[in-house]
Amino acid sequence: MATFQCEIVSAEESLFSGAITSLSVRGTIGELGITPGHAPLLTGINPGAVTLQMEDGNEQVYFASGGYLEVQPGFVTLLADTALRAEDLDEAQAEEARILAEKAMEDRNSETEFSSAAAMMAEALAKQRTLEELRRRRR
Amino acid sequence: MAVGKEIKNKIGSVQNTQKITSAMQMVAASKMRRTQDRMQQGKPYSDRIRGVISHLANSNPEYKHTFMEARPVKRVGFIVVSSDRGLCGGLNVNLFRTVVKQMAELDAKGVEVDMGLIGNKAAPFFRSVGANVVAVMPDVGETPLIADLIGGIRVMLDAYSEGKIDQLFLASNDFENTMTQTPTVRQLLPLNPADDESYKHRWDYIYEPDARQLIEGLLLRYLESQVYQAVVENGACEQAAKMIAMKNATENAEKLIDELQLIYNNARQAAITQEIAEIVSGAAAV
Repeated sequence: MATFQCEIVSAEESLFSGAITSLSVRGTIGELGITPGHAPLLTGINPGAVTLQMEDGNEQVYFASGGYLEVQPGFVTLLADTALRAEDLDEAQAEEARILAEKAMEDRNSETEFSSAAAMMAEALAKQRTLEELRRRRR
Repeated sequence: MAVGKEIKNKIGSVQNTQKITSAMQMVAASKMRRTQDRMQQGKPYSDRIRGVISHLANSNPEYKHTFMEARPVKRVGFIVVSSDRGLCGGLNVNLFRTVVKQMAELDAKGVEVDMGLIGNKAAPFFRSVGANVVAVMPDVGETPLIADLIGGIRVMLDAYSEGKIDQLFLASNDFENTMTQTPTVRQLLPLNPADDESYKHRWDYIYEPDARQLIEGLLLRYLESQVYQAVVENGACEQAAKMIAMKNATENAEKLIDELQLIYNNARQAAITQEIAEIVSGAAAV
C-alpha cells in the first residue's frame, strides 16, 4: 500500500514521525482526509482528533489544539500549537476544563473575555470528542 | 613567623575567588542542562516551520505577502540576541563583532541600519558604537516567554511592512556543543526560498480557508518561533560559555596559588637559613 511521510510537531516536542497510509484531521473549514498523492495544501486546523492510519492497519490518535497543516506530494507536516497523544488525555481534566469554560462564558463581561472563553470551550469539547472517538475505536 | 605575610594574604584572597568561580561553574553546568533541554524541545517545531515557509517562498502563491517580496535595500534591520548577564567569556563580544562587521559593510554601501536588541548586554554596546536602536527587550531571564519578545518583534515587522526597512536579520549564537558557540546572522525577511530543485517548477498550494489570512497567520507564527528559538538557543550558549569561562578561571586560580605557594616557601626557607646562619656565627664568636 502506498504510504507517505508524516510529522507531527508541537511547540514543545516532536510527537510522531514516520510512514502512514492516511491521515484525518479537522481543518478550519471541515474534516479533511489526506491520502498519498494529495495536492499541495496549506490549511489551519481546529482543535480535535488527528487520526493516523499505519501501514500495518493500526491506528494512532492524537489531539491537536490548533495550528497548521502542510501537505506536499510525498509528505505531510502538522504544526500543532499544543498536541498530545490521545492516550495521555485525561477524561476528568477535560470535563473540568469544560465546566470552567462554561462558567467563564456565563459570567463574561466583555467581548474579549467571551471569545477567549469560547476558545477554551471549543478546546475542551474537542478533547472530549477525541476521547469518545478513542473509546469507540477500542471497542 | 612574620615572613611572607603579604604572600599568605594573597593566597587567601585567590583561594576565595577560586571558591566563587568553581561554585559558578557548577551552577552554570546544572543550568546548561536545563537550557539545553528547552532548546531541544523547541527545535523540531522551528525546523519544520522553517521548512514549510521555505516551500511557501518557492511556490507561486495567489496572494503575495510583503514579507515575501524582495525590494531594493536602502535600510536594514537587525535583531540581536544577547545574554542578560556577563561572565560568559567572549560569547557576546564575538557576536557583536560579527554584527558590527556586517554593519560596516552595509555602511560602505550607503545602507543604514536599525537595531532591535534582546537581552541586557546588547543595548549599552550598540548605543556606545552609535547604532540606531529602535527596540530593546531587556531581562529575558532564564525561561524566556514569547509574550516578552512579541512587542519588540512587532516593532521590527511593522517597520518592514511600512517600508522603513527592506531586510531583516536575526543575529544570535548557534549552539554547536559545550565548547563551541558560533555567532550567526540569518536573514528573516524577505523569506529565503529553499535551494531545492524539486520545488522550482510552477506550483501553488490549495489554501483553506483563505490564502491571505492563512499566510499572514503562518508567517507571524514562523517569525515568532524563529526569534524565540534563537533566544532559547542563545540561553544554552550563555550557560555553556559561562561554564567554560568559570572552569578556566578556576584553573588559573589554581596555577596562581601554586606559584604563590612556591614563592612563599622560598621566602620561608631563606628566612630559616638566615636565622641558622646567624645562630651559628653567633656561637662561633663566643
